[in-house]
Amino acid sequence: MLEISSLIVSYGKRKVIDDLSFSVSEGQWFMIAGPNGAGKSTVLNAVSQAVPYLGSIRFKGREIKTMKAGERARHIGVLLQNNQIGYAFSVEDVVRLGRYAYRSWAFSKEKSDDESAIADALDATGMTYLRNKSVFTLSGGELQRCFLAQVFAQQPELLLLDEPTNHLDLVFQKQIFGLISEWLKVPGRAVISVVHDLSLARAYGTHALLIKDGRRAAIGTAEEVFTASNLENVYSMDVNGWMQSLLKQWE
Amino acid sequence: MESKRRDRFQTWIYLIIVTVTIAVFLLCLCLGSVNIPARDIFRVIWDAVNGLPSENSLARSVIVPVRLPRVLCVALTGAALALAGAAMQGLLRNTLADGSTLGVSSGASLGAVIAIAFGVSFPSLPFAGTMVMAIIFAMVSLLLILGLAYRLDNSLSTNTIILIGVIFSMFASSIMTIVITFASDHIKSITFWTMGSLQGSSFLNALILASALLICSVILISHSSELNAFAVSEENAGRIGVNIRRVKLTVLITVSVLIGVCVSIGGSIAFVGLVTPHMVRMITGPNHKKLLPVSMFSGAVFLMLADLIARTLLNPRELPIGVVTSIVGAFVFIFIYYRSRGGTRSNA
Repeated sequence: MLEISSLIVSYGKRKVIDDLSFSVSEGQWFMIAGPNGAGKSTVLNAVSQAVPYLGSIRFKGREIKTMKAGERARHIGVLLQNNQIGYAFSVEDVVRLGRYAYRSWAFSKEKSDDESAIADALDATGMTYLRNKSVFTLSGGELQRCFLAQVFAQQPELLLLDEPTNHLDLVFQKQIFGLISEWLKVPGRAVISVVHDLSLARAYGTHALLIKDGRRAAIGTAEEVFTASNLENVYSMDVNGWMQSLLKQWE
Repeated sequence: MESKRRDRFQTWIYLIIVTVTIAVFLLCLCLGSVNIPARDIFRVIWDAVNGLPSENSLARSVIVPVRLPRVLCVALTGAALALAGAAMQGLLRNTLADGSTLGVSSGASLGAVIAIAFGVSFPSLPFAGTMVMAIIFAMVSLLLILGLAYRLDNSLSTNTIILIGVIFSMFASSIMTIVITFASDHIKSITFWTMGSLQGSSFLNALILASALLICSVILISHSSELNAFAVSEENAGRIGVNIRRVKLTVLITVSVLIGVCVSIGGSIAFVGLVTPHMVRMITGPNHKKLLPVSMFSGAVFLMLADLIARTLLNPRELPIGVVTSIVGAFVFIFIYYRSRGGTRSNA
């Protein structure tokens, strides 16, 4: 579905991503992990065309750079960790924006497809009962679910998640990851997700990429990548031992 | 059920605001240095349109050549400034954004002041010099501000644009002061003009304003969804498929044309574009599909009432309209800002 080859991203003279190549297929939940500053989010930013890059990023064989913004939004949805809203829109207003890329022209009436996509997205994220509420009244987790509903309403095939539950409590983390798992069950879809929490990456990821200093350190299935030696190499510490010692407290 | 109730509420808002606009328009035609009853106004206008002589010649001489074009210009200017303000506040996701914050008003004013001070005019159209200069300077200011913003930060981020807009406003004001220093003969007309005045407006002015407003409002209202996306956040707009740069340029250029035309005809009239969208947002919510049209009507009402106060408060003397909008607007703005403070909402 997505093929990245020889990706290079530089901020000034510093190369943040240095010659990175990997591919993601349908049905995969592809986790990108690595220490702070390794370039995880930069990879997602390059895919969503938010930063300039060298190399090639192809979606279903087409260079993403050549796609128009609207066309890209119909194929690729992005959910960030921080979502800010300037005005007191209703939840439905925010979710409805997810249908923007499907509009034929400025004054066109919304189609029944739009209404059903919005209703489905609200339903899938459990936000239907809040649809008329102002986003200013939502909790952090509800606001993130509202933006997830917007992304679902876009009906993308590829979902990019940049630490979507970083600041959410455990209940919301479980909810969001559960919702995305459900979404991924439909054939023809894939998820690429940047995560800090290696337990979540291990639990939900089918495939993974470990990055260190903008370069590929390990790639493969989640089991192949999240090994004690790979993690020690990337994080320069005994990650496995640390995780085990944390778990012991709960026994 | 809920959406039907909302649609009905929306229809009521449109009905009320259109009715209020017509009522205030008639009130402004009736009241002034000479008060004229509404029925005489209809008759006088009907006679004038059909080329018939009027029984009430005093009413006709006040209404047709003086008050009607003036009230029309005031209403159209109010509508245009409020529309420009609402669009800017959405685009830049900033409740303090306005033509003046962007620096376009100052640029347009500088152009107009240069035209007045140095007597720039076209032989057949005496007032066109000020208008052309104001529009040119509004556009040049915009290009300068965007060019500088682009050099500093090539994503044209809103903070950079506002910062450069404020700096540019200060720069334009300084140049204006220098121009005024060298054009002491015109100080009175320049000062009166910078405070804003729609005295002596003509039907031609009204026609120019109406044409600009018609074209620009169609462009801006057709970008309601994009403005909604920007008002949520620029980042979100990019993610849902909005062509950020194209939309930004279209809205900024449209707004600068509106402001350039308004400034050239009525001088710089502060607070209409800033306060009106605030008030309207409290009723319609932030969705630009409703906010933009309702702001246009509300801006017209606000400026017509301000002009009425300016004309009648110290009758027979007249206050510059900008003074009235600034005094009323400052208090209203403090009140609104106090009520709606809280800034943005984030899930972080």
